[in-house]
Amino acid sequence: METLVTFIVFAPLVGAAIAGLFGRKIGNVASQAVTTGLLFAACAGAWTVFSTWTWGHLEPFTHVVLPFINVGDFHSAWSIRIDALSATMLIVVTTVSALVHLYSWGYMAEDPSKPRFFAYLSLFTFAMLALVTAADFMQLFFGWEGVGLASYLLIGFWFHKPTANAASIKAFVVNRVGDFGFALGIMTTYWAFGTINFHELFAMIAANAGRSWTFAGHVFPLMDIACFLLFIGAMGKSAQFFLHTWLPDAMEGPTPVSALIHAATMVTAGVYMVCLLSPMFEYAPVAKMIVTVIGACTALFAATVGLTQNDIKRVIAYSTCSQLGYMFFAAGVGAYEAAMFHLFTHAFFKALLFLGAGSVIHGMHHEQDMRHYGKLAKYLPVTYAAMTIGTIAITGLGIPGTEIGFAGFFSKDTIIEAAFAAGPHQAVGYFAGVIGLLVAGLTAFYSWRVAFFTFNGPQHWGAAAAHGHHDDHAHGHAHDDHAHATESHDEPLADDHGHAHDDHGHGHGHDHTPHESPWVMLTPLIVLSVGAVAAGFVFHNFFVGEARAEFWRGAIFIGPHNEVLEHAHHSSALIKWAPFVMSITGLLVAAYMYLWKPGTGAKLAANGGPLYTFFYNKWFVDELYNATFVRWARGLGDLFWKGGDQKIIDRLGPDGVSAVSYAVGKGTGKVQTGYLYHYAFVMLLGVAGLLTFALWAWAA
Amino acid sequence: MTGILSLITFAPLIGVAALLGLQATSKPGRDTDTKAKWIALGTTLVVFALSLVMLFAFDKSATGFQFHEDVAWFAGLRYQMGVDGISVLLVVLTTFLLPICIIASWESVEKRLIEYLIAFLVLEVLVVGVFCALDLVLFYLFFEGGLVPMFLIIGIWGGKRRIYAAYKFFLYTLLGSVLMLAAVLAMITVAKTSSIPALLAFKFDPAFQVWLWLAFFASFAVKMPMWPVHTWLPDAHVEAPTAGSVILAGILLKLGGYGFMRFNVPMFPNASELFQPLVFTMSVIAIIYTSLVAFRQTDIKKLIAYSSVAHMGFVTLGIFSGNLPGEQGALYQMLSHGFISGALFLCVGVVYDRMHTREIAFYGGLVNRMPVYAAVFLLFTMGNVGLPGTSGFVGEILTMTGTYKASTWAAIGAASGVILSAMYALTLYRAVVFGEMKNPALAGITDLTKREVLLFVPLIAGTLILGVYPALIFDVTAASVQNLVTAFQAATGG
Repeated sequence: METLVTFIVFAPLVGAAIAGLFGRKIGNVASQAVTTGLLFAACAGAWTVFSTWTWGHLEPFTHVVLPFINVGDFHSAWSIRIDALSATMLIVVTTVSALVHLYSWGYMAEDPSKPRFFAYLSLFTFAMLALVTAADFMQLFFGWEGVGLASYLLIGFWFHKPTANAASIKAFVVNRVGDFGFALGIMTTYWAFGTINFHELFAMIAANAGRSWTFAGHVFPLMDIACFLLFIGAMGKSAQFFLHTWLPDAMEGPTPVSALIHAATMVTAGVYMVCLLSPMFEYAPVAKMIVTVIGACTALFAATVGLTQNDIKRVIAYSTCSQLGYMFFAAGVGAYEAAMFHLFTHAFFKALLFLGAGSVIHGMHHEQDMRHYGKLAKYLPVTYAAMTIGTIAITGLGIPGTEIGFAGFFSKDTIIEAAFAAGPHQAVGYFAGVIGLLVAGLTAFYSWRVAFFTFNGPQHWGAAAAHGHHDDHAHGHAHDDHAHATESHDEPLADDHGHAHDDHGHGHGHDHTPHESPWVMLTPLIVLSVGAVAAGFVFHNFFVGEARAEFWRGAIFIGPHNEVLEHAHHSSALIKWAPFVMSITGLLVAAYMYLWKPGTGAKLAANGGPLYTFFYNKWFVDELYNATFVRWARGLGDLFWKGGDQKIIDRLGPDGVSAVSYAVGKGTGKVQTGYLYHYAFVMLLGVAGLLTFALWAWAA
Repeated sequence: MTGILSLITFAPLIGVAALLGLQATSKPGRDTDTKAKWIALGTTLVVFALSLVMLFAFDKSATGFQFHEDVAWFAGLRYQMGVDGISVLLVVLTTFLLPICIIASWESVEKRLIEYLIAFLVLEVLVVGVFCALDLVLFYLFFEGGLVPMFLIIGIWGGKRRIYAAYKFFLYTLLGSVLMLAAVLAMITVAKTSSIPALLAFKFDPAFQVWLWLAFFASFAVKMPMWPVHTWLPDAHVEAPTAGSVILAGILLKLGGYGFMRFNVPMFPNASELFQPLVFTMSVIAIIYTSLVAFRQTDIKKLIAYSSVAHMGFVTLGIFSGNLPGEQGALYQMLSHGFISGALFLCVGVVYDRMHTREIAFYGGLVNRMPVYAAVFLLFTMGNVGLPGTSGFVGEILTMTGTYKASTWAAIGAASGVILSAMYALTLYRAVVFGEMKNPALAGITDLTKREVLLFVPLIAGTLILGVYPALIFDVTAASVQNLVTAFQAATGG
């Protein structure tokens, strides 16, 4: 088993190294084959581990590969930790990654730098696997920043695009803001417990539950401040409110990247961390409350923004952000299993939606604006079927009270029930529950809006576009010039400011008929569709049902008074049916606006008023940050440089001395002797003089 | 093995003699220059090999000084040499970087090549001497002597404003030197010895420590450099030739840190504790202030120079935290920075040699024609921002951890530097490497030559290997640093 898990973790690294270092020599096909082949092998291995865990007799273990930083009792090692959490993550990561590798054969077919792309994908996978199998904070942090590096490289993959470069830097820097908190959290943990190894640490928590800790001059409960700081890291990586701004921009990367990194795996690392650290969070009531509130706010915020976006990838990006919010408030109310379950099901249907969107974008010749789609069901039948399954899954459709439903039904409903069940002990539970319900409706609306715009609604491309039903076109916003009356879609869209376009070299002609994607792209869609249908049904008993204790086997710690999940299963019929009602309502509203009365959306947008503008502009968070942090950084930089260094330090220091000495030198007429020897001589003279004095004084 | 330290220290003088002989016997020209370069390279490689022999013979478990040499000198002074876990790797770092400097200068130095090479070899003698000297006066001579060749390298082979830069460099350093010299004399007078091992055992009166501490601090703070006495560094770097920058950032900046670890902390522990808030404040300001300044630079070299100042802020934080993670982290950060900053200055040199400008705005889109260069530059950019897996991370996380114990505020300040470093480093990388290649002057730019690849390979290997397996360093330093920390904590009651 140790050999197998070592292979799983390192196979992608080997692939990345081969494709990255020798890609030019061995060629495109070989690079793709090596990376993809190794990924599928790793995936098979991961499923072996997971099945052995779930149905066999695998005990948790940690395989130490190499020592890492060891200074005094600051111990860390490169190791592979296997338990229910990491086994789950292993299959999520390797499955989606393997499928994305395969999909990219088709999607990136015309890209000139394929070896580089596949090397980055595999490198990412390695870092993610290192993250999920970490046995201490140092390796966790390595994986954490490693996936950040891969994300940076892949967002900026098309390095000739200024928007992509800007987005990649933004992603890295905003994540670093999170890592700032994360690092401080690690240091707090180390000095409080004298270890950064999870196993040793978790054993000490209960005995230290009541300790207080001084941080930045204030006294806090130890567990709360430690968990809060660590959670800042999770907020960055998982794009939670305040630190979410990088995720939508990350859509500048190629779509397979969005599916793998910015939907299914990397962005869930924050959720994974909170679940992994459940032994700490269970003793940090305030931090849990913060997690709940931030999660709920993010769920709501991102959903409201998602309602109004027109770029298909941006809608799905906001949707991801919103679903991550669900996972966090689930963890915040103490239903870590539900959070992990939603992470698991979400990986399938969200990767499906992204890859489906990629297939649409591919078929539409790199058009990403949904207002130029329509009636695509006929042209992209497989993509249509797959995305419809994904949409049903994310909207959580199923029959309440039974075990019939798509993946999202099981996980999302459990989360909402858990939030309400937590209410009596933790008032924020109700807050999160209500938001969760509301967002269920919003989710259904924006998800179906995408589906109807794209596949079923009126055709807005080719010849039909000239007749011009331009849903949502009529709003007047500065970032969007679509309101220009007579745009011809036979021309490349030159007026598409601020919208991401996947662009790998071929033209933007819109007169082609949309085409279905090749099978190499459709196969992953089909596989993920199976997951989106069945993941909930098959696994809910293990993750959140009766078999959960046996499945998790201690990987998630549940505090002595935490019975949230138990209570959730006995929720009232009202709470069990409410998400269903919300979801259907969202579906009907979307159908009305985009199928039955097309143009309603455009009218609403045009007259939308302040609320619409507020949502469309993402609550102006980016503008706020630009006006504050970004401007301050520039202003202070200039001030310190030109004011501090040049005007104050240099003028008072060397330049001032220089001016004086110059004046003196001019007076004595010796300026021409040349600074160099002049000063060297003076120095030697001084040294000699002082040494003489010293020796004299010492001898005396 | 006694005598090996003197051998390593003074062996470059054989190269100097050979170069002088060459100059006297052959007429100036390409052939002579080529011979001179091979002589210099051969010398530095032999010295590097000798230092590796010394490293293998080094007893990792011992806390005291090893390869001890002690002979009477003059006027009661003794010629004492020796290394411990703190200095031994700094010696190896120096001998490692010197051949790289020679290769880096292979084609870019046109005037007075032989003198140039002599300056580097003399510099090696003096810097290795600093790390090996166990007599205070000997240390001082090496320490101050190191100024002269660096001063000449900038002043003769530098850029347009080289005189200003050399002058500024000199003036700042002189200020510290004078104060330190006074302190050296005072210490010898009080302790009646100039032997560093003896002084380490000597307990200075806490009130007296304050004055000695301040004097040494003035000198080392300039060398680090710490804010606000850092403004000589950007000018010196900008004007220095590439190899000069490599040696400056890679080794000369470490003299300050080494001085702190050898003198301030162990010899004046009470004063170090007393002044900890001052050092922490200056370090945190250095990290934040210079990072922001770096963010606004338009000259590649200046940006990296400012970034060096910020990174040295982590070193001073770690050293004055007085605990094990802090000290180990600081020493590690010094060694790692030697690799990474040296490599970054080489990266600048690569494009400067081709285009003769360091204006960021001139470049852009280099990846289109220089993919290998782009990959190398990326690796060291990531090392510079302290990405885990590179050696830059280990030093940063440990110094921050050490700092946290002493002051959470300072740790917060240091951690915010981690955000800022990403900001300036990635912005620079983007502006130079990514984007379309719009400047027509760049159209013919070529990727790394074999010689340049050869330069980078050892630095890449070092950055990655030390980033993944830092035990290579800690095994060597652990005993001595533990000893330092134990003594410091005993003296301060911490």
